[in-house]
Amino acid sequence: MKKVFGRPVSLTDVPFTYCPGCHHGIAHRLVAEVLDEFGVRENTIGVCPVGCSVFAYLFFNCDMVCAAHGRAPAIATGIKRSRPDSIVFTYQGDGDLASIGTAEIVHAANRGENITVIFINNAIYGMTGGQMAPTTLAGQITQTSPYGRDPKTMGYPIRVSEMLSTLKGATYISRVALNKPANIIKAKKSIKKAFQVQLDRKGFSLVEILSSCPTNWGLSPVEASKWVEENMIPYYPLGEFRVPEEVA
Amino acid sequence: MLEEVIIAGFGGQGVMLIGRLLAYAGMLEGKNVAWMPSYGPEMRGGTANCTVIISSEEIASPVVPYPKSIIIMNKPSLDKFEPKVKKEGLIVLNDSLIKQKINRDDVAVVRVSANDIADQLGNLRIANMVILGAYVKKSGVVRLETIFKALEKALAGRNQNLIKINKEALKKGAELVKE
Amino acid sequence: MGEKILMKGNEAIGEAAIRAGCRYYFGYPITPQSELTAYMAKKLLKMKNAAFIQAESEIAAINMVYGAAATGVRAMTSSSSPGISLKQEGISYIALAELPCVVVNMMRGGPGLGDIQPSQGDYFQATKGGGHGDYHLIVLAPSSVQELVDLTMDAFDLADKYRNPVMILGDGLLGQMMEAVEFKERPKVDLPDKGDWIITGCKDREPRHIVPFDLDPSVLEKWNYNLGEKYKKIKEKEVRYEAVNTENAELIIVAYGTVARIVKTVISNAKEEGINIGLIRPITLFPFPEKVINKTADNVKKFLVVEMSLGQMVEDVKLSVNGKAEVNFYGRAGGIIPSPEEILKEVKKCL
Repeated sequence: MKKVFGRPVSLTDVPFTYCPGCHHGIAHRLVAEVLDEFGVRENTIGVCPVGCSVFAYLFFNCDMVCAAHGRAPAIATGIKRSRPDSIVFTYQGDGDLASIGTAEIVHAANRGENITVIFINNAIYGMTGGQMAPTTLAGQITQTSPYGRDPKTMGYPIRVSEMLSTLKGATYISRVALNKPANIIKAKKSIKKAFQVQLDRKGFSLVEILSSCPTNWGLSPVEASKWVEENMIPYYPLGEFRVPEEVA
Repeated sequence: MLEEVIIAGFGGQGVMLIGRLLAYAGMLEGKNVAWMPSYGPEMRGGTANCTVIISSEEIASPVVPYPKSIIIMNKPSLDKFEPKVKKEGLIVLNDSLIKQKINRDDVAVVRVSANDIADQLGNLRIANMVILGAYVKKSGVVRLETIFKALEKALAGRNQNLIKINKEALKKGAELVKE
Repeated sequence: MGEKILMKGNEAIGEAAIRAGCRYYFGYPITPQSELTAYMAKKLLKMKNAAFIQAESEIAAINMVYGAAATGVRAMTSSSSPGISLKQEGISYIALAELPCVVVNMMRGGPGLGDIQPSQGDYFQATKGGGHGDYHLIVLAPSSVQELVDLTMDAFDLADKYRNPVMILGDGLLGQMMEAVEFKERPKVDLPDKGDWIITGCKDREPRHIVPFDLDPSVLEKWNYNLGEKYKKIKEKEVRYEAVNTENAELIIVAYGTVARIVKTVISNAKEEGINIGLIRPITLFPFPEKVINKTADNVKKFLVVEMSLGQMVEDVKLSVNGKAEVNFYGRAGGIIPSPEEILKEVKKCL
């Protein structure tokens, strides 16, 4: 019998510890498939964040470094500058990247560091139990916005991809979602482009992935995917915000 | 031997540079040397000073609250450092900018019209070299020729004319001091 | 013998680091150490297989060091007091990850933004960990520009030998002053091979992880014990100090860095007045030269600790003396350097 589906070599056989319906698992798998397809697993160094994906080092079957909260782009910079031939990626959540690590991501992008950033935006802090993220939607209820996020006092949800795409140093920036098969296929293509940019030494690439967090949203997995469609995508439009001419 | 000299003036008068040349010359003559600047906002326009220590022994304290000599390029610096010079010490001052009398009678004083002489030589910016020449001659702490060497090293690759005019200024300053 | 060069302390550190094989520098400008950052820019930007980055913050700079050190290269950052506070998060992670690197702190007056004059107010921060958690840096305290050179080179070796961050703890005066220095030929040191832990991509081996956390306290405790063992070894093997005139002294001054030099002037001034005093100058602040101080306290019954702080190292001196002698303290704070005259006055008060 022909094998038509299997675990990517770039994933270990450790079962994911993520909640049922969480999109981290899909995102991990897509990244791993891309590393497999480029055949670069053995030359890849990943940097995992603080947040739910702090355990990503257990799942990616490549060398991994764990960063302090928000600092992954700086660590990736240090790695890439000392090993320019290695493939270096960070995997960061919205609290990590868009709140405590805002300076690091902006300046890594602005310097055009030749790294790939996988940015998981699920509009909430997952690991700490459901507090407001910089990307939490207006009106969204979380532990620390119990009456709904009021932009007047809590600020507006940050559109990271749009913000970073104003920087000349950024080469490839896109936003994708994982809430339905068609979007997952597009997401994979986008992640592949991002790594292609790095392989071609063209500079900074980032894929923002809209993801679900059924546990902290208080929704079922199916409802959560629907919530991404109905609430997140209208505010965080999908698409490519910065594309190098050659891979457009 | 141990010489401890503070060189002070306005930022831009080149007091840091002549301090470095002095330290460099001391090193070339095989002495232990230390050059210590005042640093911070005063570097940008206010008063600046540096301390130079030249010693045949290991240099212990680089901090010199009471120097043996002072080279003074402007009035505020004189007010600040005149009371601190050690007994039987030396004050070399820029007579072009400082007209006041020295109140101390226990120190040697050399007055040098550094700005006027520099002006006559055609470059006001070498007033610092004039006063350094006078100090070197009076104190005998290093030879003037060694200052020339230090100057050549410091200005290596720069306009030869610049080295020449700086040397002239040093010589002019030295000539003002009677044997 | 090499040629003597007149160099500013900050630049001398940079040159020493480069000669020690450091090709990766990440920093952020701050007075009074900016000349070091500028020196590294000037040199490293023209070198191959090297990187200089003026980072967006001290926080980013230390994390760039973290990343570079993880790949096995010699990496370094530098700052002055307020900037070092910002680096503490990264230093704590690096300590648990056991990555070798060198951090330079040219101390200035604090707390807060403080001022930019020389100070020794960061002694506690440097020697007792500095960031969160139970760890130590190896802390070297130079007192001349030549020693800045020698200890910077040693720092990279020590970092590699123990897989531990090493701090050069200087001050603004050492950074700003110029002295003649010599870059001596150094004997080759045998250092452990990094091949079995660095992160280089997992070709022909299992993937490696550099992960400074474990949620299982029994695992984390074991890691802490391992660190403890390492610190014990460092305490046994790496203590350095200078003792001056400690035989028959009526009083021993304990001072490090800039202050120790000033004390040397005090010793000769005191001698002229018929007062015989000595100096113990710790060169390693961690490990602290406890044994020699304790032993000296058998014969000398009076100690005076002089610092540019309200009294930090004095606590370690008291622990070392362990009640065997009287320990006095004199300090100036906020960026004021004590003069030989005022220290001698304190000596006389103690006698």
